Amino acid sequence: MNIYVCVKQVPDTEARIQIAEDGKSIETGEINFILNPFDEFAVEEALRTQEKLGGEVTVVSLGNENAAAAIRTAMAMGADKGLLLRTAEPADDPLLVARALAREIGGSGVDVVFFGKQAVGNEHGQVGILVAELLGIPGISEVSGLELSAESAKGKREIEGGSEFFECPLPAMFTTQKGLNEPRYPSLKGRMAAKKKPLEEKAVTLGESQLVVEKLNYPPQRERGRVIGQGAAAAGELVRLLREEAKVI
Amino acid sequence: MALKVLVVVEAREGESLKKSSREALGLARRLAGEGEVIAVLAAARAGEVPGRLAAFGADRVLVAENARFANYSPGGFAAAAAAAAKAANPALILVGGTALGKDLTPRISARLGVPAATDIIGVELEGDKIFALRPAFGGKVQMKVSFKAAPPVLCLRSNVFDSLPENSGRSAKVESLALSLEEKDLALKITGAEKISGERPDVAESNIVVSGGRGMRDAASFKLLEQLAGALGAGIGASRAAVDSGWRPHGDQVGQTGKFVSPTLYVACGISGAVQHLAGMISSKVIVAINKDPDAPIFKVANYGLVGDVFEVVPAIVEELKKHS
Repeated sequence: MNIYVCVKQVPDTEARIQIAEDGKSIETGEINFILNPFDEFAVEEALRTQEKLGGEVTVVSLGNENAAAAIRTAMAMGADKGLLLRTAEPADDPLLVARALAREIGGSGVDVVFFGKQAVGNEHGQVGILVAELLGIPGISEVSGLELSAESAKGKREIEGGSEFFECPLPAMFTTQKGLNEPRYPSLKGRMAAKKKPLEEKAVTLGESQLVVEKLNYPPQRERGRVIGQGAAAAGELVRLLREEAKVI
Repeated sequence: MALKVLVVVEAREGESLKKSSREALGLARRLAGEGEVIAVLAAARAGEVPGRLAAFGADRVLVAENARFANYSPGGFAAAAAAAAKAANPALILVGGTALGKDLTPRISARLGVPAATDIIGVELEGDKIFALRPAFGGKVQMKVSFKAAPPVLCLRSNVFDSLPENSGRSAKVESLALSLEEKDLALKITGAEKISGERPDVAESNIVVSGGRGMRDAASFKLLEQLAGALGAGIGASRAAVDSGWRPHGDQVGQTGKFVSPTLYVACGISGAVQHLAGMISSKVIVAINKDPDAPIFKVANYGLVGDVFEVVPAIVEELKKHS
């Protein structure tokens, strides 16, 4: 199996986000970056696929030199090799990112591609499906159960209040999310081994974004919280406020 | 002002028109001004749906009927949406933010070669330029975007935009949309579905959400929240701690690595309010917090905070609600 997993380096979910001077991007200086949490499920599923069906796992990321850290983390978990599609351009437009990834993956004789369902940060949640569409292969989003054989896949994806079941031939693309598996932690040995694994770099050009970030703003501040009472005795007052003041019930 | 807007709607066989589709139609109607609102429907049988689409704001309905569309067909529905866009030539395409809508949005983008933006919470027009607002970085910032190619595809967050009141006096021109489906469009098959959450509405689509966290102590205690949700007609959510403990299914998780919700009322029970949880619910209109720790960060964002034991407070609220109903 020729297995690809596409990952992204993103700000830690705890990070304090500050808007940069240009008003369109965030200050990255003091932020701790991590492998996108949803991508951990993608890497794990790629490794399990390899353990079951054999083959090779290639990790791809697109971005500047920081993106290499995400690839190293995935290689520390067990992926065989890395590919950094290097660009200094802002990767704001999911369609342009997907085109660059599809150009690279399309010619590789790929069997399975995994993505996290979305990257925390920009939260577009589009690139995996875009790549599948551009490659003309089945693409299934938000997969929460997957059974792969050498030629085909079946499994389930999450929908409102439940799941729906799917079947498709390979090659195919899956976006992964919580519930699919328990991602392994990279061991110390894995981290050491990752340093010696091949990480290829290729320069890519994205072109002009059709999705333009005009401005970042902080969300409107919520009113300061207000405690209306203590214990069960305050239940009546709460219900009254919800009915008469907030008028939401 | 006259703008032609295409709305990709969702109505599964035997189910009513999705709330998110009604919200998208309402927004489309307001943005269109004197212009036309066109709905595209992919279904096994359109049945009564075109009439309902008209009642909620559509002027014209393009129907792609196909026996294969009894379940969601990602390739088939995408082909229908793309064909409708080519036939109608809209300035803007709107999609409701359901699981289906989120899956379909990038497909339409790829097929038309146009930009798409997801989780939209605001849309503005300046002349003929379209601006959309979306949260990013777990809601810590809001991103205003514009588009250099038309029509952009906007996937809307549920519960943010108002639908129009149903007007059964409105009518729409209904046309059938001819599709030539390719083999690659049908290679991926959805074969069926299972419901987990039973009778409760889904957390992302509910007007009211009752959510439980670590303070619930175990899975059985969520019965208490089921009672409160029942009394309020609410959906049930959970914090990451509750989901990771195996008390609730993953689909219920609200937060940065779960779902982003914007209900009218969010009731946080035994949830401390970690920043990752706040990311998922901070845009709720009214937040109620019940927690025995008066220093829990959730109280900083709660419109109505109640310090106390959820096991005492929640039954008391259920009693109060019953009294007045």
